[in-house]
Amino acid sequence: MDQGPGYAPAVDGGVVDFMFSFIGRSIVQKTITLFFVSVVSFLIIHLAPGEPSQIDPMNPKFTPEMVERFQKEFHLDEPLYVQYVYFYRDLFTGKIVSWKDNQSVLSKIWERFLNSLPLFIVGTLLTWTLSFPVGIRSAIHRGGIYDRSATFFSYFLISIPGFFFAYILIILVVTVFHVPVIGMETYGMGDAPWPNLFMDRIWHLLIPSVLGATGGIAVLSRYVRSQMLEVEGQDYVRTARAKGLPPDQVHYKHALRNALLPFVTMFGLILPGLIGGSVIIESIFSWPGMGRMAYEAILARDYPIILTVNFLSAVLVLVGTFISDLLYLAVDPRIRL
Amino acid sequence: MMEKPLTENAHILDAPEAPKQSRFIQGFHLFNQNRMAIVGLVIFVIFFMTAVAGVVLTSGQDPVFNPALVRLQEKLLPPLSRPNLETLKSHEAPKLGIYLLGTDDLGRDVFARMLQGAWVSLTVGFVAVGIAVIVGIFMGGLAGYYGQGGIRYDQILTVSLLLSGIVLFLLGWVKFGCGFFAVGIFSLILSFIAGRPKQDHFMPGWLRKTAFSFDTLIMRMVDIMLCFPSFFLILTVVALLPASIYNIMIVIGLTSWMGTTRFVRAEFLSLREQDFVSAAKALGVGDFRIIFRHMMPNAIAPVLVSSTIGIATAILTEAGLSFLGFGVPPPYATWGNILSDGKRFIFDAPWLTFVPGVAILIVVLCFNLFGEGLKDALNPKLRQE
Repeated sequence: MDQGPGYAPAVDGGVVDFMFSFIGRSIVQKTITLFFVSVVSFLIIHLAPGEPSQIDPMNPKFTPEMVERFQKEFHLDEPLYVQYVYFYRDLFTGKIVSWKDNQSVLSKIWERFLNSLPLFIVGTLLTWTLSFPVGIRSAIHRGGIYDRSATFFSYFLISIPGFFFAYILIILVVTVFHVPVIGMETYGMGDAPWPNLFMDRIWHLLIPSVLGATGGIAVLSRYVRSQMLEVEGQDYVRTARAKGLPPDQVHYKHALRNALLPFVTMFGLILPGLIGGSVIIESIFSWPGMGRMAYEAILARDYPIILTVNFLSAVLVLVGTFISDLLYLAVDPRIRL
Repeated sequence: MMEKPLTENAHILDAPEAPKQSRFIQGFHLFNQNRMAIVGLVIFVIFFMTAVAGVVLTSGQDPVFNPALVRLQEKLLPPLSRPNLETLKSHEAPKLGIYLLGTDDLGRDVFARMLQGAWVSLTVGFVAVGIAVIVGIFMGGLAGYYGQGGIRYDQILTVSLLLSGIVLFLLGWVKFGCGFFAVGIFSLILSFIAGRPKQDHFMPGWLRKTAFSFDTLIMRMVDIMLCFPSFFLILTVVALLPASIYNIMIVIGLTSWMGTTRFVRAEFLSLREQDFVSAAKALGVGDFRIIFRHMMPNAIAPVLVSSTIGIATAILTEAGLSFLGFGVPPPYATWGNILSDGKRFIFDAPWLTFVPGVAILIVVLCFNLFGEGLKDALNPKLRQE
């Protein structure tokens, strides 16, 4: 092993070994967890009362022969563990199809995912750019009028039901700005000049993303505030202040840099947000995203879609925690999990 | 700097060593200082009384406020409007003389419906969190107190044999099921005999080794539960099960116990090493009493705080489910479905959106503020000497 400058070889080897064993252990552990998640979600869906073939008993086209053919085609007449194997074999080979329209589930999800993605990106950007200034300012002016109103306001945002807030914003935007907000774009704007089209898309995008971000802003800014307060109470910050450094330098150079440490790891935890999408917000705004697709699949008892969405989101949760563990290892040398 | 004479600090020596105030009183004072928390508590008491009054006044054969009474000629009246008494029969007239919160699209009194819905929100919040806390304390207590006790391979073997026997039996393979079950019982007896002292050579050595600890088992279960997207899971289960408020309570409860488990486990892991627990053990106090009498009161603070905030979350979840049309079947009113019914008239009858929306907001806010105040009151760092 070559000796890099500043590293003792034994320690270096130890760290590399440690990293490898950590990664190996995590992957094994997370695969086992994923297996159990797949079993549990499969059982929940299939043991719930009611059959998918009974979803529309009044439909005259749904004769007993049809039901039988339907059950045969989707292996519904087999015992559960056989169905389980069939389902996950189809999922991993990408051949899985929706029961409702026989289209490939993965391509359906991908299409809806692309619709939900702008909401997710704008929402995340809003959350991360707004909550840090708010939280830091609250911590610096602790107990002041700004801090107290920010605290109250963040509780307000946490407590307001998303659907109610959505309607308030709709009333506000429609009556004040006179722009339509439902759907992804205004219908029938085919040959309008592109700035108008662009602004139309922005208006439609803005309100659902703001709604998606409100809860996040409230929680994250509280967390930034408490983290910042904790660091501000440390000895080295007091020392920096006692040296006579200007307050800005103390706050932003000495305190903030250390307070930011835990947030690096939170990058991993925003990953699961990619798939869920918000069922309620997407239904209110008729946004053809993932949340709405999942909601419709639940109503239609389209088990392949429900299970695939569930499985993918479990994968993202596990990958997200794995990334955040790795980031924690990378940024904080004191942590040895 | 001038040196102080020693005598100036003499009063410290005279001061009593034990704190003057009990913990409870100190916590109460801290809580009292937090004005928002007091407001939260007051609103909670009002909400509680409203919900109880709502149940009394809106149920029964001839309720004081009938939330299901349809008066089509009086539909979509704004709040505080007077009924047109000429077109109404005597029993149809609102008891207060006016429609306090207006009427909806079927002419039903929104005030009566809100009263009826208050009880749903209250019970969903408390029962769901009650279930979550009970499961959480049980699992967390097991993991924290018995966590180091390992599970041996022979125990896993026995349990899986018994379980697969039962499952096979239920699936219809009676012979296989009975066979597995019998082998399972045989293995249970074997491991029971082998567990007695001086019988170690009785079983193959690896069967009596520890596979994993109890703690690992429970924490892996927590990990598995945390993998599910919670609102989506709740929605799926509620949609598949028959519509009933009890199903919603149970499902919300069973999908939100993980936080409590983690808190209780963490507290127990540190508490079980402390002297008072060792002392209790040395005195021969039973495990059950140690857990519930000695350790639990010391571990309950974070659980209380998180369950107060959990009630707020459960109320929001139930409102969201009602809004999507799941949960309580239609003639019965909940705040979520009043809002959901009113959304079609959002520009013509905004009170149908604002009345339930503001009510949910205020109640959830009061629980959140109360929980925050409780957190400060129970925080030992903030307690004064």
